[in-house]
This record gives sequence, C-alpha cells and structure tokens, in this order.
Amino acid sequence: MSRDVVIMGAAETDIGKLPTTSTLELHVEGARRALADANLTKDQVDGIASVSIPGPIQVAHSLGITPTYVDGTGVGGSSFLFHVRHATAAIKAGYADVVLVTHGESGRSRVGAPMHPRAGDSVMAQFEMPYGITGPPTSFTVPARRFLHETDNTLEQLAEVAVAQRRWASRNPRAMFRDEISVDDVLGAKMIADPFTLLMCCLVTDGGGALVVASREFAEAHGSDKPLVHILGTGEAATTPLISQMEDMTRCKQFTLSSQAAFKESGTSQADIDHLMIYDAFAHVPLYGLEDMGFVGRGESGAFVAEGNTSPGGSLPLNTNGGGMSYTHTGMYGMFAIQESVRQLRGEAAAQVDGAGTSLVLGNGGMFMSAATLILANQR
Amino acid sequence: MTTSIPEARFAPRATPETQPYWDATAAGRLDLPRCRPCDQVFFYPRSSCPRCGSTDLEWVTCSGRGLLHTYIVSHRPAPGFPVPTVIAVVELEEGPRMMTNLVEADPDTLELDMPVEVRFEQRTGVAVPVFVPMKENA
Repeated sequence: MSRDVVIMGAAETDIGKLPTTSTLELHVEGARRALADANLTKDQVDGIASVSIPGPIQVAHSLGITPTYVDGTGVGGSSFLFHVRHATAAIKAGYADVVLVTHGESGRSRVGAPMHPRAGDSVMAQFEMPYGITGPPTSFTVPARRFLHETDNTLEQLAEVAVAQRRWASRNPRAMFRDEISVDDVLGAKMIADPFTLLMCCLVTDGGGALVVASREFAEAHGSDKPLVHILGTGEAATTPLISQMEDMTRCKQFTLSSQAAFKESGTSQADIDHLMIYDAFAHVPLYGLEDMGFVGRGESGAFVAEGNTSPGGSLPLNTNGGGMSYTHTGMYGMFAIQESVRQLRGEAAAQVDGAGTSLVLGNGGMFMSAATLILANQR
Repeated sequence: MTTSIPEARFAPRATPETQPYWDATAAGRLDLPRCRPCDQVFFYPRSSCPRCGSTDLEWVTCSGRGLLHTYIVSHRPAPGFPVPTVIAVVELEEGPRMMTNLVEADPDTLELDMPVEVRFEQRTGVAVPVFVPMKENA
C-alpha cells in the first residue's frame, strides 16, 4: 500500500530588503521556522532538498542534520516544486520520512550570493548572450510579441495581469507593492523590454522559506495541530535551456506536460481546482499557464484575466499573494508560490479565498526551461 | 546615453563541436549542421541530430535569409550596445530559429514575419551573426 504524503510544515522568512542576511542564513532561518511550524526538531528530519547555492549539504550541515536522502535538483525557480515531487516519491518508496525543502536567496542585496558565473563558451554564452541579453528581462520576454500576434490576446490584457495581481497584493500586508494600479499605469511605466514595462516585470527581493514534507502517518503522529496539506498529484517536465529554441514560442510544452501528469495522478480536472498559483516572473507567463494547462482555451487567457476571473471575487483566484510582480521575487520564486497555496488550504492566507479546498501550483524554471505542477488539497 | 562599440560587446568562445560554426562566421558564412538521414538543418550545432539521434551529419551553408519571428526592444544597458537594442528571434529559410540582433532598422518600423538577412558583426576575435531587414527587390 502506497503511503500518503503531506506538507506538514511551511514558513517564510522576512522578505523584501534584507541587507544583513546571507543567502545561507535565509535557507537556515526558513528551515527553522518551517520545523517550528510543524512542531518538529531538526533531529526528526532525515531528508534535505535544495538548490545549488548554497547547496543541500551546506544547509543540512548548518542546521546540524545528517541527511540520508539528498536532492540537489537545480532547474531554476521551479526547483522547489521538483523537490516536493521527488520527496513525495522518496517517502512513498520508504527512502525518507521527513524531507526539508529549503529556499533562500539574497537576490536583491547579494549577501553571500555570487552572480551566476557563465563561461564564455557555454551554449547559452555562444548563442544567446552575444545579443545584449542582460538577464531574464531581456530574454524571458522575447516570445511574448509572437504570443500576442498568434492569439487574440492584447497588450492591454497583458497589462491586466499586473493589475489583477496588484488587487491581491493590496490585501496582503507582506507584499512589497500594495497600491492598486490601472492598465494605463502599467502601459505608461518605464519601458524595460518593449512591450514590457517595469510593472510587467517581477520584483527583485531577498527572502527564504521552507517546507516540511512527510508521510501522513508521521505527520499525524508527530506534527502540530496545523491542518495537513495533502499532495494529490505532481508532474514535471523540461524542454530547452535556450529560450530561442522553444518548439513553439506561443506555447510552453512543459506547462502542459507537467500539469497533465498532476491532473492524472490526482484524478482531478481543471474544474476541480479552487485556487491557482502560476509563477509570474513576467506578465505573459500566467497567460501561457492558463492556456497551456487547459484552464481556458487558446487565446482566451487575456480576456479571462481582464474580465476579473482571476481577481478577488473571481471564479479562479490566481496568484493571491500578489505574485512575483507585487509580493516578492527573490530570483527562484517557486517556494513562495507553494507557500501561498499552503496558506490558502490551511485557511490562514492574508487574502483568504473562501472555501479553497484544492490548489494547483505551476512553477516555471529558467526562461521557459523547466516546469513542475503540484495539486494540493486540505483533505484527501 | 547610447554608445555603440561592437568591440566592447560580449564575445563568445567556441568549443570543439561548435568551432566550424564560428570558423564560418569569421569567413562571412552562416553554416549549420544538417542531418543526412532526416535531411534537417538544426540550430545550435550539436554532435547528433536532436530529431533522430543520428551522428551522420554534414555542415551546410545557409542562405542567410529568414523571417523576423519575434523580438523585444531592450532599454536595458548592455556593455557596448546602444539603447535601444532589438533582440530578436529569426526563423531561417532552412527552418531553425536563432537568437540575434536586428540592426540598421528603426524599431518602430519592424513587423513580425518581415524578411531579414544575415550580416556579420566583428567582435573581439569572433564574428557574430546579426540580421538586417532585407532590401526590397533584393
């Protein structure tokens, strides 16, 4: 009989501008808070999962944990969703009982956080970097004009994504930007990578967080009285490390593949999802997510957002913490998307969605490089 | 301030499997591998065909013509580049797409699927393929 797996602890660190906290310390502080949330001690943890800076072994060692399950999957901001999926498999297989998944990133202050070194002869360096690409704002945005061209979505609807998420952020005291904005505000903001203005781009912040993933059996025997968040289904996929090599620049294949796997495993469909988190490094990514996961038809995502369906009071609340564009974005945002789903399912979110029983989290990694989907619920 | 200094722009370095590509650009050609069993040209150069897995490859010289598939107009400063700079994906006549710059063009006059053709921009020790709008009646 397969073991049920749950998220039994979840917590974030302080977020925003943290110039006196290192990347490592953000991981460690997130881990301590998540363990406290789960009512566990570090000695009850037997598995660790984290990304390459500073690495799962460093995080475990700093905490005083000797893990017997280690996952160092580093595939961009979606990595933490991959970690939850892999931890779920490991726990089901009996390889671990309690896996700590940690994130920390001094994305803004760069304390203990080297810039990503990229050799001049890597594939990306040879075939993309020579063209004035300075980072995600000038590469992740490139497919969007084609997307608008081939679908019925408009530039104004792209701006509506930022407007809708700011409505959620206005209800969240922890969000970095909370003043509501209009489409005109978005379109009139400083131009970054035409057609993307500053308000269509994610923040750059410091922060961390961690999750405690465990067997339901263990959680019920040892956990706190917080509601357990059940992992019903998961999926993952990866395509190209170079955004210019997407098979179709108007569709994200791994959004489709990973969500299909998660729907299949969980036995749910789009209509069963009460609450949605889609990694929003830039305003077009949620539109791709809505279409490529089948929540709306091809070319319908922009109107769906503009009509208020994803806003407070709408039929499909999306990015209810304010998202990477208004809440926080350390660089690898996926951890914060999962955290908000956990809060919603526990009924403790700042902008709580009434009756949120199921939540889907879609994480993007790199520039349309990797993706993972988690379908979570407050009961099994 | 907009400064355009090609020599100050990022200069890529070849690896053994991509050396023929960069040797060709230095000679003013855009060469790519073609899979003989598939009869497919692919980008970027790799040692086996991403479609069928064959290692039966040959280098072919592309026409240098293509269509503007998508682009942004970057207002972010990058070493040696003017502001704004057009960062584009071009679909080559042979099929593959590649990242590039569209140069010698007013960003306000660009249209998706407009014909473009390759030029080679000299950087430090390497020539980088960029594209310009194709002249009418060319």
